[in-house]
Amino acid sequence: MSAAEEVVTEGQAVEAVPKRAMTLGYGTSLVVLVALIITPLLVKNFIIFQMTMLLIYGLAVLALNILTGGSGQFSLGQSAFYAVGAYTSAILMEHANMNYALTLPIAGIICFGFGYLFGKPALRLSGVYLALATFALATAMPQLLKLGFFEHWTGGVQGLVVTKPDAPFGLPMSQDMWLYYFTLVITIGIYLASVNLLRSRSGRAFMAIRDNEIAASAMGVDVALYKTLAFGVSAGITGVAGGLGAIAVQFVAPDGYTITLAISLFLGMVVGGVGWLPGSIVGSAFIIFVPNIAEGISKGLSGAVFGVLLFLVIFLVPHGARQVAIVATQLFGKLKKN
Amino acid sequence: MLSTLRIAAAAAAVTAFAATSTTAFAQKKYDTGATDTEIKVGNIMPYSGPASAYGVIGKTEEAYFKMINDQGGINGRKVNFVSYDDAYSPPKAVEQVRKLVESDEVLFVFNPLGTPSNTAIQKYLNAKKIPQLFVATGATKWNDPKNFPWTMGWQPSYQSEAQIYAKWLMKEKPDAKVAVLYQNDDFGKDYLKGTKDGLGAKAASTIIMEESYEVSEPSIDGHIVKIKAANPDVLLIYATPKFAAQTIKKTAELGWKPLQILTNVSISVGSVMRPAGFENAQGVLSAAYAKDSSDPQWANDPGMKKWNEFVDKYMPGADKTDTSIVYGYGAAQTLAKVLQMSGDDLTRANVMKQAASLKDFAPDTVLPGVKLNTSATDFAPLAQLQMQRFKGEKWELFGDIISGDVASE
Repeated sequence: MSAAEEVVTEGQAVEAVPKRAMTLGYGTSLVVLVALIITPLLVKNFIIFQMTMLLIYGLAVLALNILTGGSGQFSLGQSAFYAVGAYTSAILMEHANMNYALTLPIAGIICFGFGYLFGKPALRLSGVYLALATFALATAMPQLLKLGFFEHWTGGVQGLVVTKPDAPFGLPMSQDMWLYYFTLVITIGIYLASVNLLRSRSGRAFMAIRDNEIAASAMGVDVALYKTLAFGVSAGITGVAGGLGAIAVQFVAPDGYTITLAISLFLGMVVGGVGWLPGSIVGSAFIIFVPNIAEGISKGLSGAVFGVLLFLVIFLVPHGARQVAIVATQLFGKLKKN
Repeated sequence: MLSTLRIAAAAAAVTAFAATSTTAFAQKKYDTGATDTEIKVGNIMPYSGPASAYGVIGKTEEAYFKMINDQGGINGRKVNFVSYDDAYSPPKAVEQVRKLVESDEVLFVFNPLGTPSNTAIQKYLNAKKIPQLFVATGATKWNDPKNFPWTMGWQPSYQSEAQIYAKWLMKEKPDAKVAVLYQNDDFGKDYLKGTKDGLGAKAASTIIMEESYEVSEPSIDGHIVKIKAANPDVLLIYATPKFAAQTIKKTAELGWKPLQILTNVSISVGSVMRPAGFENAQGVLSAAYAKDSSDPQWANDPGMKKWNEFVDKYMPGADKTDTSIVYGYGAAQTLAKVLQMSGDDLTRANVMKQAASLKDFAPDTVLPGVKLNTSATDFAPLAQLQMQRFKGEKWELFGDIISGDVASE
């Protein structure tokens, strides 16, 4: 069946992805892991910084992937959770002098609570209406951060400058490299936890809701609980990503967390393949590097070039990186047979 | 042993020679980003995103350095202007500036735009001792040589402009009852502070009302009605273009005629005065430091003639009424001057030192009499403006050039 036919026959907005197809094989995972560990030793600090951002946005895309690919709920409000996480870390580090590593779990927990609470009223909404509600959250967030009431902590429009941590124990590595490995460990931890979550009873409940809500509730799945839980988990992971982002960029300001960020993350998820967790990194690479490529082609028309590139990707590989991976596996299998 | 002595003797001779002939045989000194043939200059601009209208500044600067290179460069070196898009997003600004510094290896970063973006990169550049030269924002905090010796502003700061209005008011209308309408962010608050500083001890009695609005509000009408009720006779409008136009229009609709003073940010004839209605805008005051490219009084001005030739040749098809082209030209010309002064000593320290030694420099596009001055303790190059009054369909300058230097914080 060709890609075009597949699209035509597809009824649901979010395609049902079997849980086995959500991850990579062990061999491939190992290769990717080794590449992620070794590359920083060979490249400049600037590239290491970009790779750190790649992992951080990868985490945020992964969080959205659990929400949309896992439980079938849309969100255009991830930038709001990312902002809350970033500000939590920044405020704790700068005002309470807390260790950067300790601020991350706190950012995660606060965002989990925030997401869970937001998920409650959002329960009444589904599909595009839910997307709109989250969109409202994303547009409101930068302005909430500017409010005079919070200004003592948030720094208002001026934002907060964050001190970058040095490598601990006198390790002979640059700040960038240390932060990269620190981020890598957290990313791998969260990735493994997410994979396990989706393979667990809760994960099956998410997917049952995604595939058919009525059938799921008939089977005894507490739809309300699992939907809000998916929101909470997704927000929590996004919050950790936001905290890491604040530490890596060394600065938080309302202008960094506009609706553009939320749409970028959504884009990253689609390009990486909805419901395919390893695709999150590919999607993250797309939203970081493709704008730079577009700018390299034409400065004045960078937006248009980006649009064309995005269109090509969606037209040629509608299922994103997952589709490329499947085709590659099939080709590899054929070659093996021959 | 003998050879060591010989080397020492030779070295001594060379040193003595160098010491006696510093100017003629000045030693060439370079930091990363400068060579015998090239000076690499980095820049970030919002070519996309919410502030993309300012991208024209980057394009103007690129065109300006192309012109410089066509004329043989600066002291025989070509300027390689590398400009990236930060989309007005602080995280992207950090990424692009690090790319400029660590991958492109520029000598310094010139005219990066936006207060949030510049705040995000300031610490990094100062830690690396890389000049963050002539930032394109009017916040007052860039003039802080003690804490940030590698960061320097360019345009008049919002505070110094507000001080000029305050000084003018104290002289012309000493018993004015003033209402201040300001945008509730760093931009508006800088103006408010400058006004109060300028009025000094009289601030408390002169300012009878401070009213702020949020940039998210759809209309400003409610605030105007409220201000009118307090019956001030002077209204200071520290608002961005859309709100400034609304204010002028609403004031006229209410049949209220206070003396209105408008921030330099919103003096565009096309995007503020025309939408507000020319008949409503008569008599509004403001201040300027640059020539208005659409004003016929500069048609025979030698500086603006050069500007027009430049736009015709290097930016064909560009909209000449766009103030960003005037701005970019002036900033780029200032940099060219600094690089020329740096001579063959193209180290980061010397570029910064030369930038801090500008004496009465006047780019082609600033008003006659306005001059750029800097020193080791003054990192605010432009601090002079001239008052202007809106008459007919354009601004008319009046009075002397007024200086509003704000001491560094």
